Amino acid sequence: MTRTISEINEKIKKGKAVVVTAEEIIDIVKEKGTKKAACEIDVVTTGTFGPMCSSGAYLNLGHSKPRIKIGGGRAYLNNVPVYTGMAAVDVYLGATAIPDDDPRNTVFPGEFKYGGGHVIEELVAGKDVKLIATAYGTDCYPRKSIETTITIKEINEAVLFNPRNSYQNYNVAVNLSDRVIYTYMGTLQPKLGNANYCSAGQLSPLLNDPYYKTIGIGTRIFMGGGIGYIVWNGTQHNPSVARSENGVPRAPAATIAVIGDLKQMSPNWLRGTTFTGYGVTLTVGIGIPIPILNEEILKYTAVRDEDIFTQIIDYSDAYPQRKPDTLGEVNYAELKSGKINVKGKEVKTAGLSSYAKAREIAETLKGLIKKGDFLLTEPVAALPSVESGITFKPMPSKPVKKK
Amino acid sequence: MSKKRIVLTFPGRLVDQPITYHLIKDHNLMVNILRANVTPKEEGRLVIEIGGNKKDMESGMNYLNEIGVHVQPLTQEVGWHKDRCTQCTACISICPSGAFVVNRKDMSVSFRKEKCIACELCIPICPYRAVEVNF
Repeated sequence: MTRTISEINEKIKKGKAVVVTAEEIIDIVKEKGTKKAACEIDVVTTGTFGPMCSSGAYLNLGHSKPRIKIGGGRAYLNNVPVYTGMAAVDVYLGATAIPDDDPRNTVFPGEFKYGGGHVIEELVAGKDVKLIATAYGTDCYPRKSIETTITIKEINEAVLFNPRNSYQNYNVAVNLSDRVIYTYMGTLQPKLGNANYCSAGQLSPLLNDPYYKTIGIGTRIFMGGGIGYIVWNGTQHNPSVARSENGVPRAPAATIAVIGDLKQMSPNWLRGTTFTGYGVTLTVGIGIPIPILNEEILKYTAVRDEDIFTQIIDYSDAYPQRKPDTLGEVNYAELKSGKINVKGKEVKTAGLSSYAKAREIAETLKGLIKKGDFLLTEPVAALPSVESGITFKPMPSKPVKKK
Repeated sequence: MSKKRIVLTFPGRLVDQPITYHLIKDHNLMVNILRANVTPKEEGRLVIEIGGNKKDMESGMNYLNEIGVHVQPLTQEVGWHKDRCTQCTACISICPSGAFVVNRKDMSVSFRKEKCIACELCIPICPYRAVEVNF
């Protein structure tokens, strides 16, 4: 059995496509087998809703009268600094940026109540956002400062452009030390007091297409409640990690860079997020459709939580010191049961990526495709896979030569 | 025997009074202190679970009213903003009283107000600031 994306699109347009979620496919395959299921099903939808730090939006603010060249100057949105190293009124608002006067971790652990992720959420919600900018002034851009409010409707472009989202698998974080630690994987209690994980497991997009045979550059996706596209592999893309027999990586592997019109998106699927003692970020909702081109592709989408393994890492020492040590492997069925066994001790687990919301995204995308409101795209280029030989390089440590 | 969780708020003049002792000794009540907070020059707060027969409970409450202690049910003091919650389950492993529970079948999170002891451990843990305790 084989089918093409254009054949699937024809069925979608006629409202005849058979679409199920990556959760529903598991029971269907159990009941019917992969061959029959592959004949019947056209598309499997996936979803994920988790904190993704490498996120942000570029905005074109429009030109004031007289004009101001914010490029090369300084600018703030709701007191959060934005990157201005671009053209006169283009800025990039990063998810992890925090106000200059935030005390950070001076009083430990810092609260990090507000930052770039929260500004993005407020912009998307249509709220007024305060813009303050200063510039050096030129003949063509004479103005040197501005203070005004903007809304997403009034500015020219607002584009969410995330250089790394939707990690294919992620570590389980624990703490072997004797003090509480505050990390991007949440607060970790001493002496294996808890274990935090962050993946939608069997619903997660890249875990359902482990070798990126359908998900590629140009793939249209559900992004933050609107439509987006995959534009490149994400940063730290690492397809060469160890894999199980089913092809699924046993450690953090592939990532994707995604782009989409922020004006179409919704605060339900883009949420400002705080990690005490660590910082702020943005939680992003992403859903990716997988066209069932053949039985092999379908087989990948039927992956279950118990078939997806990941590494347990000590975030008090191994992670910060970049030691390769792992405390063992665990699968997502165990993680979702609420407790796992680490070094002979029963440890309570908690998630940071919302499985319930991931399901809602997969269901929403399924609905859009069934109604004919979302057509699939042919990738224009593949994401680098195992044969690319790409690995995740550390930062070099070299003496700086004096000139 | 009935049991309830209450918040006692008492003015500065009462902070050195053995109120819990009187509730136990004079009114025959079972008192389990869940949380106590006394700030100099400010009022004191005591979160307790109190239990006893109807008559003893009534006399205990009358005693608290007479001496000027304000009594409120604990459930009025804690709030879970369901719209802010993303069902991520980060709160589940930290909650000591089982007020936050996850339905393992669909991984949805719910909050059982009556189980909450207002320990506030979940407040810095929640990445979406979905829990509020009004102390």
